[in-house]
Formats: sequence, C-alpha cells, structure tokens
Amino acid sequence: MTQASTTPLANSFRAQPDENGHFGQFGGRYVAETLMPLILDLDRHYRAAMADQAFHDEFDWLMKHYVGRPSPLYYAQRLTETLRESAPEGRGAQVWFKRDELNHTGAHKINNCIGQILLAKRMGKTRIIAETGAGQHGVATATVAARFGLPCVIYMGARDIERQQPNVFRMKLLGAEVVPVQSGAKTLKDAMNEALRDWVANVHDTFYIIGTAAGPHPYPELVREFQSVIGREAREQIQELAGRLPDLLVAAIGGGSNAIGLFHPFLDDADVAMLGIEAAGHGIETGEHAASLAGGTPGILHGNKTFLLQDADGQIAEAHSISAGLDYPGIGPEHSWLKDIGRVQYESVTDTEALDAFQLLCRTEGIIPALEPAHAIAAVARKARAMNRDQIILANLCGRGDKDIFTVADALGVAM
Amino acid sequence: MTDRLATRFSKCRAEGRAALVTFVTAGDPTPGDSAAILDALVAGGADIVELGMPFTDPMADGPAIQLANLRSLAAGTKTSDILAIAVAFRQRHPDVPLIMMGYANPMIRRGADWFATEAVKAGVDGVICVDIPPEEDQELGPALRAAGLHLVRLATPTTDAARLPAVLHGASGFLYYVSVAGITGKQQAQQASIENAVGKLKAATDIPVAVGFGVRTPEQAAAIGRVADGVVVGSAIVDLVGSHGHQAAPFVQDYVASLRAALNTAETVA
Repeated sequence: MTQASTTPLANSFRAQPDENGHFGQFGGRYVAETLMPLILDLDRHYRAAMADQAFHDEFDWLMKHYVGRPSPLYYAQRLTETLRESAPEGRGAQVWFKRDELNHTGAHKINNCIGQILLAKRMGKTRIIAETGAGQHGVATATVAARFGLPCVIYMGARDIERQQPNVFRMKLLGAEVVPVQSGAKTLKDAMNEALRDWVANVHDTFYIIGTAAGPHPYPELVREFQSVIGREAREQIQELAGRLPDLLVAAIGGGSNAIGLFHPFLDDADVAMLGIEAAGHGIETGEHAASLAGGTPGILHGNKTFLLQDADGQIAEAHSISAGLDYPGIGPEHSWLKDIGRVQYESVTDTEALDAFQLLCRTEGIIPALEPAHAIAAVARKARAMNRDQIILANLCGRGDKDIFTVADALGVAM
Repeated sequence: MTDRLATRFSKCRAEGRAALVTFVTAGDPTPGDSAAILDALVAGGADIVELGMPFTDPMADGPAIQLANLRSLAAGTKTSDILAIAVAFRQRHPDVPLIMMGYANPMIRRGADWFATEAVKAGVDGVICVDIPPEEDQELGPALRAAGLHLVRLATPTTDAARLPAVLHGASGFLYYVSVAGITGKQQAQQASIENAVGKLKAATDIPVAVGFGVRTPEQAAAIGRVADGVVVGSAIVDLVGSHGHQAAPFVQDYVASLRAALNTAETVA
C-alpha cells in the first residue's frame, strides 16, 4: 500500500478497522458463503445509519429516557482511602468509577442492544436472535426485543441454563424463547455456534444481535461504536469533575465490549494509560482460565481472527472463570491489535482475587459489583497502591452483582 | 501432477452421468476405522472423496456432522492422524480424487504453507474451507495455489449475480453449490430452485458444478445428477457411521452403491 508523501494520514489509533474489517492482522470476515452477503448488507446499512442524524437522535433518546444515561462518574472516596492505608507513604491514586451498573437491566450490555435493534428495525428484520453465556446479554436482548415488539430467540448452553436460572426466567418474562444448546461443552461458545446456525438458516428475516465486540466485521466496529457512549461520557465527566483526563483506565475483558467502549474515545490521548483485565480463573499456570491474550495464540473462530485458547491442532479449548460473562476462549479482535501494538496493557486477575475485590467494594462503597468488574476492581487495587495520590484511575463498573450473589455465596461456602 | 479431479469429471461426463461426491469425517468413530469406511465409499462407487477435518466448533454443520466431529475428537484424532489417513488412502486408491474439507483454524494453525505442503505430500487434490470467503482468500488461497492444490469454493442461494464473479475468481477443481441456505443435513431444496441455480452457475463458469446439502435419497441424487456435474452426499453417510460405528463400512458401501446406481441410470441434460 502506498500513500502520497504530501498527505500523511493522521496518526490515530482510532482509525481501525480498515474497510475489510481488519485491525492489523486481526478481525476480518471469516464466515460461510451463505452469510457473506448478509454481512455485507449489514455493513451497508450500518454505514448509512451512522450518516443519518435521525438514527443518532433515536439512539440518544433511548439512551437517556429508557436506559437512564448518562451514567454517573463517581469518585470512590472510601475505597481510595482504604487502599491508601496499605499503600506506601504518598501513594494511593484516586479511584473513580463509571457507573454503568446503574443502566436499565444492570449492565453495559443494553447500550449495544439498543443500537443493534435500531439497525434491525432499519433493515426491516422481523425476528431477533442472540447468544448468551451468563444471561446478561440475553436479558438485554430480550428487553429491547420486547420494547420493539419483535419475537426473540436466545441460545444458551444447557450447562449455563442450569447455573443461571434467574436470568433464564427473566428472559422468559420478557417474552423471549430460550433454547438450550446441547452441543459441545454446552456453554457460551456453543451457544454462539448455534446462533450462527440459526442465522444461516433464516437469513431473510432474522437479525443476529451479537453481544460483544467480536464476530465477523462489521460487528466488532458497530458494537464498539454503540458502547463508546461509555468512554465519550466518561471523558467529558472526568474533565468537568476533576479538571483533567485520567492517568489510567481499567476495564474487565471477556469479549471486551465494555473495555473497548471505555477505551476507544481515549486512544489518542497519549497521557492516558489503559489496562484491560482478563480472567485468570484458577491461575494462568493451571490452564483453567479465560485469558486469551495471556495464554492464547492467534486463530480464527466465530468470524474473526483473534487470540484464542486452542491446542496445537487448532482445536478450541474450554475457558474457565468464576464470572460466566468472562468465560469465553476468544477476545474481540481490536484488543488483540491494541495488545500487539502496545497501546493497551493487559493483565489478568484470578477467581480468588476477584472475590476479594467483590467484597472490598461491597464494604467500602456500598456497591455490589458484578463478578466481571470485580476483576477490574482487583486490578485497580493492585495499581492504585503503586501510583501517586494526585493521579486518577477511572474504572468501568460495567455491571451490578445481583445476578452473582448465588455464585459468590457458593464460593464463600455460605448456604442460601 | 495429473489433475485427478479434472480426469474424473471428464470420465463421468463421457459416461453420461454426474460424479458422486461423498463426505465422511476423518477419524469417525476412530482414526482406525477411517480406512475401511473410505474403502467402502470407493467400493460403493464414489467418484470423489471429501475427507472432513474434525473441529470443536463446526458452526456450519447440522447435528449429524457435529456429532461426527465430536466422536472423532473424543477418539483423539489429531491433524497428523488425518494426514496419515490421507496418505494411506492415496496408496490404496491412486486415481480417486481426495478433497480435504473443514474449518479455517485447524488448517492455518501451523501456517497455511505448512498445511498446503503436508496436504500435497499426503496426495490430497483440493481443499474446501467453510469459513474463508473470497474476501479473506489471502489466508489460505495463495498457499494452496502455490502448492498446486485446488481451492474448491462454495456458492449458495444467497450468492447473487453481483457477487458470483468474486466467488469464481480463484476457484478451481469444481464449484460446490450449497443448495440450501442453512446447515448441513437438515432440509432439502426444491428441485426447481436447484435447476435454476445450477443453470445460472454453469452459464458463469467452465469448472464443474457439484450440488450438496440435504441430499439423502437415490431419487434426489438422480434428479440433481440430471442437471449438475456432481452430487455431494455427506450427512446421510455420516449418520450410518454414527449408528453402526466400527461396523459401518458395509452399510456405507451399500448406501453409496444405491446412490451410484441412481446416477448411472439418470439421463443427464447435457
């Protein structure tokens, strides 16, 4: 590829992907031929929607009046002070939270679902499908399907259905059909396979609402776009409240949609460091984890090239995390690229560390976080003690923990 | 290298019939069973053999082939076993075209060049990769072509006229028409829609057109064989392997023979 030397391209980290959906070597459109025309059609409609002020107006209206945005940016004073008690003299950064757990349905997932159902409506699709692991994306999808009066089928691994009965019931209350997936290991990746099988057999009337910033192009880009409301708000709010940009952003990563939503509007702010936290499960060294970047290698799954947990023959491994929302053997392709170029740092947090952080936040701030952001909070504690007191950490509190109290009780040996 | 695929399609055309293309999953139910099952395909009258590479996440496949993938992987089938199955097949059947079919990740895991080289060494003639569309050709296509392997592309009911040239560009060996927008082994397409589609495809390309997805009965095979250059049958054979396990070979042979007999008696339009 060549470019005229007189017109240098802007040196931006926010210009990805290219028109074929590649983030460096990652991303792309690795789907069966049957789906390829649909993906191209979705791409056309997405670009037309982005150029249409009426689409943005409807999205913004729903964000404000239905989801409850903007979510607050909150200075966690008690957590900050508690961390300072065990920090070296003069250390202990200020901790701020983007409160996306206060959204309708209790997590960031709804941002993306609103955007995608508006696209579905625009494309004249009359049936919605989605995959879900823990059930949060399933609940958010069932919610928007009810709001827009469209029939909705949610694919969920049979094993996850057993573990997440309250969310299964929520989806049914919202009018969705929940289909147990019996294939493979009966968890999230198998649910995604089954949703793709449904889509390929119902191409004419069905819109597939993918729950994270992964899958074939343009999904990683459009999910990022809809979730970037998090980072856009946070960037404005922190400047208003603290008078400057943060020093470090922190977010948990399964597929990586809440993280990319927070990070993306800050990518060109050179002084803002970013940290993505993968789930280390029982520990990376045990092999029982969900840290695709730390413990995986590049490969192709579910329509995109990205870091995957896989064996020497390219067979996909099972992921493990106490947090069902992080329990996936891949990661959104933009994170693979951001790791490769070094713009974002990635670390991991174990089940045990996440449980400790979960309880720490409950007791210091009166907030019960979901197990997903509990991973981010564990990393915040780790980093804050090493940073100066005038520095700012902004972490995404991407979900509330009501759904996790049974899992946490079980892990703490409490009978309920 | 002689072009076994072109030779076989010419032979079938000379005999006034469509080629019978049969699919089984490598290592199903165990790697040790594959030789007998592949021999049964040939003995039953298969012209071309597709050897499926098992994958943990076969998202374009229906229940029959999903289960075959799981059986094979549970039996411990490795990529090295699949290549060994191909090597042995080529020694026993020097003239029968052999196609490897599967998903991208196992094919590119050690690099596309490695895979292409090993496939050639194993006597493979071509490759079908389900999840590499023309847009991502660079991932595998150049390596296969450089090694002299055919890249068999798929066309589907959703492949419209505007898109067809992109699919045909870089396609070789034959064009696989997936007659149903869906997964393998489920529903079957209306004969009229198949005839319509095959007519359009044959007007757009000189390479042979084979039709698959949902073909189960000799009657269906014969009807498709009247208009297409090849008929692909997979799930129905894989079901026999699933129900008869280690004893599947004679059942597979009888079934394939019934398909072949139907093709022999079907008069081709061309």
